[in-house]
Amino acid sequence: MNEELLHNLADLSKQVWGYIYPNEIEVHWSIMIVLYPYLTGLVAGAFILASLVKVFRVKEVQPAYRLAMLTALSFLLIAPLPLLLHLGHPERNFEILLTPNPSSAMAMFGFVYLWYLMVVLLLEIWFDFRRDLIVWGRAASWPLSWFYRAASLFSNDISDAAVRFDKKAVQVITVIGIPSAFLLHGYVGFIFGSIKANPWWSSVLIPIVFLFSAIVSGISLVLLLYMVITPLRGKSLNMACIDKIASFLFYAVIVDFSLEALDFIHRLYESEESIKILSHMVTGKLFVSLFVMQVLLGMVLPLGMIVLVKTVSCSEDLRKLLYFTSAILIQMGIFATRWNVVIGGQLFSKSFLGLTTYKMEVLGLEGLLVALVVLALPLVVLAILIKLMPPWHDEDEPGPAAAGETPATPAELPAPTASAPAPAPDVA
Amino acid sequence: MQRRGFLAGLAAFLAPILGLPFRRARADGPPEQAGGAPPHAAGKPAGKPRRFGMAIQVDRCIGCTRCMDACKAENNVPKEPFFFRTWVEQYTIKTDGELVVRSLKTGNGKPSESVPEREIMRSFFVPKLCNQCDHPPCVQVCPVGATFRSPEGVVLVDEERCIGCRYCIQACPYGARYLHPDTKTADKCTFCYHRTTRDLLPACVEVCPTSARIFGDLDNVASPLTRFKRMKKIHTLKPDLNTEPKVLYSDLDGVVR
Repeated sequence: MNEELLHNLADLSKQVWGYIYPNEIEVHWSIMIVLYPYLTGLVAGAFILASLVKVFRVKEVQPAYRLAMLTALSFLLIAPLPLLLHLGHPERNFEILLTPNPSSAMAMFGFVYLWYLMVVLLLEIWFDFRRDLIVWGRAASWPLSWFYRAASLFSNDISDAAVRFDKKAVQVITVIGIPSAFLLHGYVGFIFGSIKANPWWSSVLIPIVFLFSAIVSGISLVLLLYMVITPLRGKSLNMACIDKIASFLFYAVIVDFSLEALDFIHRLYESEESIKILSHMVTGKLFVSLFVMQVLLGMVLPLGMIVLVKTVSCSEDLRKLLYFTSAILIQMGIFATRWNVVIGGQLFSKSFLGLTTYKMEVLGLEGLLVALVVLALPLVVLAILIKLMPPWHDEDEPGPAAAGETPATPAELPAPTASAPAPAPDVA
Repeated sequence: MQRRGFLAGLAAFLAPILGLPFRRARADGPPEQAGGAPPHAAGKPAGKPRRFGMAIQVDRCIGCTRCMDACKAENNVPKEPFFFRTWVEQYTIKTDGELVVRSLKTGNGKPSESVPEREIMRSFFVPKLCNQCDHPPCVQVCPVGATFRSPEGVVLVDEERCIGCRYCIQACPYGARYLHPDTKTADKCTFCYHRTTRDLLPACVEVCPTSARIFGDLDNVASPLTRFKRMKKIHTLKPDLNTEPKVLYSDLDGVVR
């Protein structure tokens, strides 16, 4: 018997308000399950930002396109980790793939995840980087050359025709990718929205709210990363690019805010039997994380900042500062959103007569430290990916230091200037 | 043949009139001795699996918590007060209309009053357990099919297969599931499947001193459960969720969820 768990439960039982069913003292879905929709949301959002470049031809965002794709990949690779850490029997996780229950929303996770990873992200990144991988492979020495050759799946053709085909393939995959990104995060929303036993979750709007908050979080993350990484590389920020991203962020936040407000007003107006306990929860235990962090700091304030930039002519530095601050606030706000959905949905009893408390452990598999590690891991993966496959591709920037051998290529048409095998012997 | 039919009909007719003594006999002794056949086995149509169900007569529960103790002992439920396959709730409606609810502690014997006697307008106990829904949300959401319905309609958990994701615990509207701290898998009432498939009564039914709980085959035409269904006004918990519970309550107050 886990003595620590019993001790914690005994502690928690003293903080119960009203009446809860006796099995409900423990909040079963911990910080790890808060991280899961947060991470997948970032994936979907980053991808959708990237697809703006390819499908909707928003040229201004081009400098951040590859960064957005690699960001999506890094976060997607780590997204299942919190789920795994949360399972009572992580060693049985493969059962979800081997014997899935077709009626379970969660069972579809493995398939949606694999589809998105293999068919959308990896494939698109492969086509987009294929030519560069070949070029880098020819220039690099062992073992990196081997890595690049393996990553390019030993393809060797960088003729104009082949590169044109790559470009077309990227376009097609992006078109498939947009609904897939919607599916990925909409489906995560459905995991919660389809639980009829829980009035805080059970809503048709939840998947859509999840989707738009995902778009918001992904865009703001790419904006943040772009604004941090570019100066670190000793380059100056492309203001047209960040203005455009901030502009998209602004509209996404407005849609997200409207949807969440609609959900809230709808609940309040319908005033079903759960309204009393939910009101008690949002004005009590969820007040700070919902009204202060999610709404005020995470939405209203950043919206105000971007409105300020849009209406008053600000200097570049002020714009950068405001964008950066609002992107950080939005990240915090979206994390609070996930927290409020996942933890909030478990604080009230299904008897609608009482509330329990969530006390996050610090150490332990589902504790704060592990959560911070899980949050940091995608950034580590991203750093490695950027090191190996520099996503800088812009015509007005010189080629990245790590792969200086690569000829700078125009943004929209990465056509090789050198004819096929030329660079390799040159550099060698 | 006609005489046998007549006797069966007579027994069914007289049973509600005989009421308590009849059921007591079943609860006290082995079912075979009390009624000739176990209440949920008798009259079983050949080849068709029985459909287990339970009736709870709220007005009979005295809050002695013997069912809770028996369940914990029989099913290896952790004795700490955070894990229950069955529990008893004490409802007190005060004279000013305020509702006070709490769940009873195990092994306490006589329950104490939750509010001063002078302030009590009405008070009653409600035993709770898994409702063994015919349309169970927990089975629907289990990602690996570790929780399933047996041929008798009992919702069971395969602890060899459960991955401990706790989605079923979230999906259960009745709070009837918990994560077993030793096995790290979901756990819940099984209607004492190991007993009831051998024609014994569930532990909680066996020990109930007032026969507040009646167990049997819902499809059997001549069982105490069927008599209950015929004679009582029946209610189920949270019927709006369309879970189709097979735990049926009589004398249930509207405040109970």
